[in-house]
Amino acid sequence: MNEIFKKPLYPYRRSTDQDGIYQAHHPVVIIGAGPVGLCAAIDLAQRGIKILVIDENDKVSFGSRAICFAKRTLEICDRLGISDKLIAKGVQWNLGKVFFDDRQVYEFNLLSEDAHRQPAFINLQQYYLEVYLVERILELQNAGAKIDIRGETSLSEINQTSKSVQLGLDTPDGLYEITADWVIACDGANSPTRAMLGLDFAGRVFEDNFLIADVRMEADFPTERWFWFDPPFNKGKSALLHKQPDGVWRIDLQLGWNIDKKEEKKPKNVIPRLKAMLGEDVNFELEWVSIYTFECRRMEDFLHGRIIFAGDSAHQVSPFGARGANSGIQDVDNLCWKLAEVVCKRAPASLLQTYNIERVLGADENILNSTRSTEFITPKSGISRLFRDAVLELAENQTFARPLVNSGRLSLPIQYGVNRTFGPDNLDGPKVASPGSPCPDAIIAPETFLLESLSQGFTLLNINQVPKVHIIECGSTLTHLNVKASPDENTFLLKRYLGDQKMAIYLIRPDQHIAARWAKFDETAIRNSIRTSLGYNG
Amino acid sequence: MTRLNLDPNIKNADGFYARLLAAHEGLSKADSDSLNARLILILANHIGDLATLEEAISIAER
Ligand SMILES: Cc1cc2nc3c(=O)[nH]c(=O)nc-3n(C[C@H](O)[C@H](O)[C@H](O)COP(=O)(O)OP(=O)(O)OC[C@H]3O[C@@H](n4cnc5c(N)ncnc54)[C@H](O)[C@@H]3O)c2cc1C
Repeated sequence: MNEIFKKPLYPYRRSTDQDGIYQAHHPVVIIGAGPVGLCAAIDLAQRGIKILVIDENDKVSFGSRAICFAKRTLEICDRLGISDKLIAKGVQWNLGKVFFDDRQVYEFNLLSEDAHRQPAFINLQQYYLEVYLVERILELQNAGAKIDIRGETSLSEINQTSKSVQLGLDTPDGLYEITADWVIACDGANSPTRAMLGLDFAGRVFEDNFLIADVRMEADFPTERWFWFDPPFNKGKSALLHKQPDGVWRIDLQLGWNIDKKEEKKPKNVIPRLKAMLGEDVNFELEWVSIYTFECRRMEDFLHGRIIFAGDSAHQVSPFGARGANSGIQDVDNLCWKLAEVVCKRAPASLLQTYNIERVLGADENILNSTRSTEFITPKSGISRLFRDAVLELAENQTFARPLVNSGRLSLPIQYGVNRTFGPDNLDGPKVASPGSPCPDAIIAPETFLLESLSQGFTLLNINQVPKVHIIECGSTLTHLNVKASPDENTFLLKRYLGDQKMAIYLIRPDQHIAARWAKFDETAIRNSIRTSLGYNG
Repeated sequence: MTRLNLDPNIKNADGFYARLLAAHEGLSKADSDSLNARLILILANHIGDLATLEEAISIAER
């Protein structure tokens, strides 16, 4: 077994909270140190908030699970200080091949966009992401950040009043209790927090099973994503082969509904299946095997009083399209600055409602996309299969049919659009940079990217104009970023932010989303938009 | 605004109809179904416009 699965990252140590006379109180407690909980801890700690993270375990998640991390996730991870590590270790690929029956029907190339610091996506085992996040937490701790991460500490009870949350924690030394102002439940798809509160988690189960295996092999398969519909080695079903670092390959094999999961998971049954796929003479070693039934579901609300749900605890999607961890990290991106503003009393608690609204929209979009991919990959009726196969047959010779082939869609961030918290849009500018969109990256000066130049708080991006007014609104200082855009200097900034306009002002939220934009600097309007973003005008 | 042309539009109606049936001649039910599916996809792509397609689907559903 891979050593990484055995190594305790944050071993249990008795905390002073267990010996105090009074119950210890924490401003923010995060339940679960999966990718989402760890990202939330870092984001909040970077904003100066004291954080306690608890996890029933003290190691990385067993097996690899998530492998595809999309550009927006990498951009967020850059803000959190780990994207360089992810990219150095991750595998970058852009060629995908689609096979139907015994032949290749087409291939596609997902090139990264020009003038973006981060690639379109990388493949990396989830456990590396978790290790790097824990390393980042240690780095922040050494720099004085107040993050406490407690292993082998599981939530056993949770209750709340309008004023605080009471938590019962179980450890090798027995139970203790603490209180908190806010709790973020990042405790995964089976969320004990959700269960203890008796909350809903409605959705849909796909009546199918998938064998997911990570194998180590020295094979000369290229660094590409191969997807098979109805291949000879898995008749009537689908298969996927995808590369990860360290010579590890991810294999997904559809097994069907009526199977004996326990039996299928045994190496004596798994190995022949893999050999049929990879070739009899390929030597491989099984790193991890599991069998999944996929589900798409979400909680109706992600915000329950002082308890906030994020990641898989709030929503679950089938893995086609790689949206689970990617969307959970976008939850964190959306939530943490808001929670920090609320904790620091610079915004009303009602601001958190916008997290609920925005991320429910995000979850719905992900569920929609995953459901559509699942329908295409595993058609649920005769007619669905008929059309699916017709698309695949046509795709071989007709380019028009290729966009209809859906073997999983790349996870893209949601565009929230102008609504209660985003706007106004007072610039006749490009759509990619309209309010509610995540800022598209661009080069703003030699070797300087836009996203890395944004501040932790609100930024005013001033293009081809230099307002001299210093703005502090509701305790938040607005950072000015003055840039010049011209056709010969930075065409992408021009293309993405100006279009036909000569100048522009963009108000950018702490989560790098565009709050509002104008043609000209207008202090009153800007102040008002900051207040709207902070939930004062709702 | 209606975009879908629902006026008689095929010059040689009988000829088209015969060609459509000829394409299915001798095919099994499964192969005929596949042919129809491919044909729908090809024609839908030619139309392209979602609103027009939506209109066509709802007329077919009636
Ligand atoms: C086969 C497969 C492939 C996938 N591929 C992708 C992909 O390519 N891209 C992608 O983005 N996503 C992918 N996903 C989804 C991704 O793995 C999840 O979305 C992600 O792990 C969710 O992170 P999380 O932090 O919300 O929850 P988890 O990772 O489940 O973490 C929850 C944490 O809570 C802890 N916990 C649970 N109960 C308690 C308790 N009572 N007290 C304290 N702690 C507790 C657990 O120990 C765990 O550490 C895939 C998933 C699977 C299964």
